[in-house]
Amino acid sequence: MPHKNSIAKNEMISMGKMVSEKEIQVFIDGIKHYFKTVSDSQAVVGTPYIIDTNEMPSNDYIGIINVSGLHTGKIYFLAAKAMLNHLLLSFGEKNISSELIVDIVGEVANTISGNVREIFGSQFHISVPIIRQPNFSHDELFLDNKSFSVPFRWKSYTAYLVVCLK
Amino acid sequence: MKLLIVDDSLCVRRKIERSALGRKGLSILTADNGQQAVELFEHERPELVTMDLTMPKMGGVECVKRLTEINSDVHILVISALSDKLTALSAIKNGAEGFLKKPFSDDELHCALDELVGKYVDAS
Repeated sequence: MPHKNSIAKNEMISMGKMVSEKEIQVFIDGIKHYFKTVSDSQAVVGTPYIIDTNEMPSNDYIGIINVSGLHTGKIYFLAAKAMLNHLLLSFGEKNISSELIVDIVGEVANTISGNVREIFGSQFHISVPIIRQPNFSHDELFLDNKSFSVPFRWKSYTAYLVVCLK
Repeated sequence: MKLLIVDDSLCVRRKIERSALGRKGLSILTADNGQQAVELFEHERPELVTMDLTMPKMGGVECVKRLTEINSDVHILVISALSDKLTALSAIKNGAEGFLKKPFSDDELHCALDELVGKYVDAS
């Protein structure tokens, strides 16, 4: 999934402390590991690209993790309701409720964010998830600064991990 | 024998519960934060606990500490996405006996629960 703002190696380096090639790769590895572990299908990760503060991708549900410590900012996991339904089936759920859909979008955000501490260390503090459901105000979703969006496909669904960290 | 499942995620609590069910003589309790877990623990005195770390009201490391202060014989398995060594060591230092990293497969969860139950059986 190449994008007009795809990140070239030298661009990432020039962005200094905001992102680095290694840091992006940690999130990509986290996405792949998550879906490979909890389901029978791997996630196919596209090329990460830089987005401006008003370019947040859209999707039905968003799980948001606040980050503090050595890095500050937010990590967003954006997914369609159909994908979350399917993921819950992979979890072994038979009776899928709206409560479970809201829950799992936060759990995915939390798990991928928590796993990066293996590389970033224990000073990468993460909050409990905050959830935005369909019909939320997109005004809330202005990013604090330029971020990078990692698109990926799992089964037939497209989802995004947006990393807005300083 | 009672198992207390502590996790702020409903789908994770339900997944652990499904994996634990079927073990003979095991009854399940659940809590979605550390504070609720301490209250339940004081009343129900479960022998086994699975513990998330990132939770509202009271985090998992503090909760592990509180539970082991109430009953040092409790067997606690931490199940968390916080996968850095310092966090795992901190939980173990406070009384947890095992650490299962999220995300986990069905087999990994089943084995970890078998091990947790085995520790209780061996100790009693």
